Amino acid sequence: MNTIVTILVDGLTYASWLFIVALGLTLVFGVLKILNIAHGSFYAVGAYAAASFTAWGASLKWAPALSLVMLLLAAVAVALVLAPLTERGLLRYFYGRDEVLLVLVTYALFLIMEDLTKLIWGPLPYYVSEPYGLFGNVEMGVQSWVGYDFALVALALLVGVVVWWGLNRTRQGKIVLAVIHSAEVASSMGVNVSRVYMLAFSVGIFLAALGGAFTAPMISVQPGLSVGVIIVSFAVVIIGGLGSIEGAAIGALIVGLARSFAVHVVPVAELFSIYVVMAVVLMFRPEGLFQRTQARKI
Amino acid sequence: MSAELLLQASGLGKRFGAVVAAADINVGVAAGERVSLIGSNGAGKTTFVNMITGYLKPDEGEIRFDGRDVTALSPRDITHLGVARSFQIPQLCAELTVLDNVLVAMACHARRLSAWQPARRADALARADAVLERFGLGSQRARRVAELPGGVRKLLDIAMAMTGTPRLLLLDEPTSGVSAEEKFPMMETIMTALGQAPIGVLFVEHDMDIVMRYATRVVAFAGGRVIGDGDPAAVLGADEVRHHVTGHLQ
Amino acid sequence: MAVVVNVSPAPDAGTRAKDAGRSRLLLGGLGAFALLAVAGWFGPRWLTFLVTMAAANGLVSLGIVCLMRGGVVPFGQGMVFAVGGYAAALIYNKLGFTDALGLALAGGALAVAVAAPFAPLLARYRGIFFAMLTLALSMVTYGLLMKMDALGGSDGFNMSRPTLLGQALPDAHAGYVLYLVTLGIATLMAVLARIYFDSTRGLITLAVRENELRVEYLGGSARRAMMLNFLIAAFCGGLGGALAVMSLGHIDPNFSFWTTSGEFVFVAILAGWQSVAAVFLSSVALEVVRSFSSAYFPNSWQLALGLFLLFVIRFLPRGIGSLWMKRDRT
Repeated sequence: MNTIVTILVDGLTYASWLFIVALGLTLVFGVLKILNIAHGSFYAVGAYAAASFTAWGASLKWAPALSLVMLLLAAVAVALVLAPLTERGLLRYFYGRDEVLLVLVTYALFLIMEDLTKLIWGPLPYYVSEPYGLFGNVEMGVQSWVGYDFALVALALLVGVVVWWGLNRTRQGKIVLAVIHSAEVASSMGVNVSRVYMLAFSVGIFLAALGGAFTAPMISVQPGLSVGVIIVSFAVVIIGGLGSIEGAAIGALIVGLARSFAVHVVPVAELFSIYVVMAVVLMFRPEGLFQRTQARKI
Repeated sequence: MSAELLLQASGLGKRFGAVVAAADINVGVAAGERVSLIGSNGAGKTTFVNMITGYLKPDEGEIRFDGRDVTALSPRDITHLGVARSFQIPQLCAELTVLDNVLVAMACHARRLSAWQPARRADALARADAVLERFGLGSQRARRVAELPGGVRKLLDIAMAMTGTPRLLLLDEPTSGVSAEEKFPMMETIMTALGQAPIGVLFVEHDMDIVMRYATRVVAFAGGRVIGDGDPAAVLGADEVRHHVTGHLQ
Repeated sequence: MAVVVNVSPAPDAGTRAKDAGRSRLLLGGLGAFALLAVAGWFGPRWLTFLVTMAAANGLVSLGIVCLMRGGVVPFGQGMVFAVGGYAAALIYNKLGFTDALGLALAGGALAVAVAAPFAPLLARYRGIFFAMLTLALSMVTYGLLMKMDALGGSDGFNMSRPTLLGQALPDAHAGYVLYLVTLGIATLMAVLARIYFDSTRGLITLAVRENELRVEYLGGSARRAMMLNFLIAAFCGGLGGALAVMSLGHIDPNFSFWTTSGEFVFVAILAGWQSVAAVFLSSVALEVVRSFSSAYFPNSWQLALGLFLLFVIRFLPRGIGSLWMKRDRT
C-alpha cells in the first residue's frame, strides 16, 4: 500500500512540472507548427533565472514566502525578453517551411542557448533552496512528503485550468483555436495571424520557464538540464497528441506514473520505459491519444 | 471491335458520408476508343478515374481490365497491368530536370531496378530522348521542371504517363490551365504521340470543342450517375446532358 | 534488389562513356586515399586521430544523407552507431575475434540486423513522425544500454587494440594503421555511395523525395526504396560505430543518446545531399571545431555550431555540397 502511495505521489509530482512544460511545447506546435527542440532550453533559462531572482530577493532581505513571487517573476521575465527575440529575430524567417526544417532551426537554437546559459551563469550548479521548505512537510501514514511537491501539483492544475479557460472561453482564445485549425483560413477572415503566433509562442515560452522556475528548488540547476527535459517532453506530446491540451495532461500523467512505477518497482526499466511507450504509440497510433494532427504515413 | 473490352466497370458506387460520388456506373472501353468524360464539377468524373486507377476503392461494383478483376488492386499494381494516368495538376518531380523526370517514369515502370547501373546511361538516355521528341519536349530536356511554364509541365505529365506504353490511358483534364491557343496544338501532339497503337484513352474534358474534335465517344456524368453514353454529337445534343452539363445555349 | 553488373561483349559508345565515368570515380577515390595515406604518415598524431574519428562519424552521416535524398531526416542514427560499436567491442572481448576489418563488417551487419525489423514500418513514415520514431528507438536503446550491467551500464567498457589480417599493430603505428583502415573503408563506402546515388535506384529515391504519389502511380514503390535506404543507413551507421570504438578504445551508452544523433544530422545538413565528399569534409569541420573548443572556447563552440547551422539552413539550403555541385547534378 505504501509503495502504491509513493508511486502515485512521485508520479503525480513528476507529471505536474512535466505537464506545464509539455503544455507549452504542444501549444507552440499546435499554433505555429513548430516542434521546438529548444523548448527545454527555455525551461533551463527559467530555472537559472529563478536562481538569480531568488538570490536577488534574498539579498533584499525579503520574506522567504516572497521567493515564490520571485519564481513567477523569473518565468515572466524570461518570456518577456526571449519570446519576442526568438520569434521576431529568428523563427519568422522560416515560417511556412517544412516542419522538419523548423525542427533543425530549433536544434540550432538549442545549441546556441546551451552555450549562452553557460556564458551567462557559468558551468557551476545553482541551488534555489528558499522556496522548497515553504510548505513544510505533509504526513501521510508513515511517509513524509515535502509540501512543496503538492504545491507543484496545485500549480499544474491551476495552469491547466487557466489555459483551457483562456482558449475555450475567451474571445482571444477562440481566435487562437481558429489559427490552430487553419492559419490560412483564419488569416483570410481577418485574423492577425502574426500577433497570434507571437502570443502563442510567448505563452509557450512562459510555460517552459514556469516549469523550470518552479522545479528549480527541487533540483540542482546546472548545464545539461535542457537535454533531458526536451526528450521527455517530446515523449509526452507524442503520446498525448501534438497540439492537444488534454493530450499533454494525459501524456504527462502516463509518463510520470510509468517512470515512477519503473523507479520504484522495476528499476531496470527506469530510463527506457518512457521511450518504449513513445515508440509504441508512434507505431500503432502515431497521432497520439488525442489526435489533432494527421500523421504522415503512406 | 474485340469481343473482350479493355476496361469494364460495372455497378460502381462510392459514397463519402452523405455525398454520393458515384452510383451504378457502368462503362466499358474498347482498345482504340477515345472516350471523353464530361460533366460539371463534382459530377463524379474524377471519382470514376480515381476508382479505375486504384486510388479509391469502390463501395460496390467491380472493375475489370482485360477481363481481370482489378477492383482491389493498388495504383502500383494497376499501373503494371497497363493502366496509366495523367493529372489535372501536373504531378512532377519539380527539382529534377525534364529528362530526369522521364527517366524516373521509365525506372518506375521497370520491375527490376539496379543499384549499380547509372540512371543516365546511354541506352536509357536514348529511350528518354525518344519520348521527349514524340512530345516536342526535346529542347527542354535539361531544364528544371520548377522553372517551366504550365503548358510544358502538363505535356510532361502526360509524356511520363505514356512512357510505360500503357494500354489504357486516363487523362485528367489534359488542357485545363493551358491557354486557349495552346489547347489544340497540345491535343494534336498528344494524339499524334498515341499514334496507331491500340490504346484505350479516357480523357476528362470541359472544353466541348476539344471533345467534339477528338472523342470517338462521350460519357456524361451528373450527380454521380452516367446520364449519357455514346456518339459525341448525340450525347451532347441530348436534353438531359444539355441541362446538367453543357447548358442550353449549345 | 537486383544488382545488375554491366557485362557486354562489345562495348558501345555509351558503355565506354559510362565506364570512363566509373573509372574516373574509382581513380578519384584511390587518389584521395593515397593522398590522405601519405599526409597521415607525415602528419601529427592528433591530426590523424581527428581525421580517423571524422571519417568514422562521417559514415553515419553518409547514411543519413541516403535517407535525406528520400525526403526524411532520421533523428536516431545513434542507435545503429551504438549497436555497431557495442557489437565490435563485444565480439572483441567475448569472442576473442580481433581483426579490424572483420569487426567493422560485423558492426555494420549487426546494425542492419537490429534495424531490419523496424524497416518496413519506418519506410511508411515521413516528416516529424519519422524523426520522432527514430528518436524514440534510439532513446530506448540508450535506456537499455544504461541499465545493462553486463555491458558496463552507464560507464560502458573498454576495448583493446585490434589486429589487422593476423598481424598485431605495433605501438608506434597503431594509430596510423587504424587511420588507414578507417579511411580505406570510408573511401570505399564513399565511392559505392556515389555509384548508388547515380544509379536507377538512386534516382527513384530522389523522385520519392519530390513526389512519392507520382512514383506510386508510375508503378514504383516508395516504400521499398525507403526500406533499402534505411538499411543502407543502418549499415553505414554500424560500420561507423565499429570503427569509432576501435580508435577510441572505449564505448558507452552515449553513442545512442539523442545529442549524438543530433551531431550526425548536423553534419548531414551542413553537407547537403548532393556531394559525398561534402559529408566527410563537414565531418572533419565538426571534429576540428570540437577538438579545438575544449582548449580555446569551451563555452562557445556549440554557439558557433548553432549559428553556422542557421546560416546554412537559411542561405545554403542544399548544404555546402551545392557550392561545387551543379544544380541539376544530383
